[in-house]
Amino acid sequence: MKSFCLFIYLIISSSLAWADPEQDRKQILDFYQQIFPQLPLADYAQGVYAIDSDAKKSWQAIEEFPPYEFALEEGKELFNRPFNNGARYADCFPNKGIAIAQNYPYWDEQKQSIITLASAINACRLQNQAPALPYAQGEITKILAYMAFTSRGQLINTIIPEHSQQALSAYEQGKAYFYRRRGQLNFSCASCHVDNAGKFIRSEILSPALGHTTHWPAYRLNTGEMGTLHRRFMDCNKLIRAPIDAAQSPALRQLEFFLSYMANGLALNGPSTRK
Amino acid sequence: MKKLAGLFLLALMTACTHPKTQQDLSIGKQLSFQRNKGNCLACHVIDDGEAPGNIGPALQHIQTRFTTKEELKALIWDATQFNPQTSMPPFGKNKILTPDEVDHVVDYIWSLNR
Repeated sequence: MKSFCLFIYLIISSSLAWADPEQDRKQILDFYQQIFPQLPLADYAQGVYAIDSDAKKSWQAIEEFPPYEFALEEGKELFNRPFNNGARYADCFPNKGIAIAQNYPYWDEQKQSIITLASAINACRLQNQAPALPYAQGEITKILAYMAFTSRGQLINTIIPEHSQQALSAYEQGKAYFYRRRGQLNFSCASCHVDNAGKFIRSEILSPALGHTTHWPAYRLNTGEMGTLHRRFMDCNKLIRAPIDAAQSPALRQLEFFLSYMANGLALNGPSTRK
Repeated sequence: MKKLAGLFLLALMTACTHPKTQQDLSIGKQLSFQRNKGNCLACHVIDDGEAPGNIGPALQHIQTRFTTKEELKALIWDATQFNPQTSMPPFGKNKILTPDEVDHVVDYIWSLNR
């Protein structure tokens, strides 16, 4: 009897502790649905422009002659250029690396880690005796731009493998990072992009977190450079005067994993342009 | 002599009814508007400040919203002690502003009564 009680207790407590990402995602969708009742779900892929019609017009005008076009062309060339051993990026990826960005990040059960597209690019390089590229800007943004371009219109498909406690824990840590307040200004990601999404901070509208991972890499008009999603995370932490986690650090990969799971089903539209 | 004493009295009265001169308040105003200091405009409509945000309430009729200046100061110092969920940074507690700068900002915000 005693062991039976213990058994029941364990079941109940484990189900309480068992995080439910799908429930989280539904809650986030419901939340934004309440603030932006007119906004179709698919439009969240446009980021802040989905809720800022003035900025959207100038964004659409810029997209006619996109400033990331050179990076994209160069990225295609870099992607197809063989390494010294004759192998190519295409040899490292499913479907030769075309139209696959929606499947990243994913949980690698063997390596017990989150594989982002950027980290997979560097893993491919190392496997072929090429040096790893810096993660925040530069050459990697061009290769990412090309891979994102071939994946346009693909729906984000982030999977947390069933029965993998480690994968779930990585997701949970990403979620905790998203909601944890930090830095001198004491903001969490959610302070701005959930609690105050759609409001003005000075003359800028705060974007909803839903859809934050759809449009990378992005050409930033303020820097005149292509940057990765993780570089944007780093800029955010700098703005709130918090310690800056490095691009592709476990913390930022976990954050990407969480955000990407929330964005499941949204269409990829990178590379993109942002203010 | 009598005239001089009268002037002195007048000056004293002025000083007491207007404890902060316009110049003092302008320091607080500058600190409140500056992006790397108070940056209150990021979230609040204030006076003639350009391109204010709308995350927090407009800063007006302040003395009807706070009973004392100390209450206002406590909120600016650390708003999380009144509401852990607040979006407002703890300006004094996290040393975003020096104690001196907080006082200037409090003087200025307290003066916003229209």
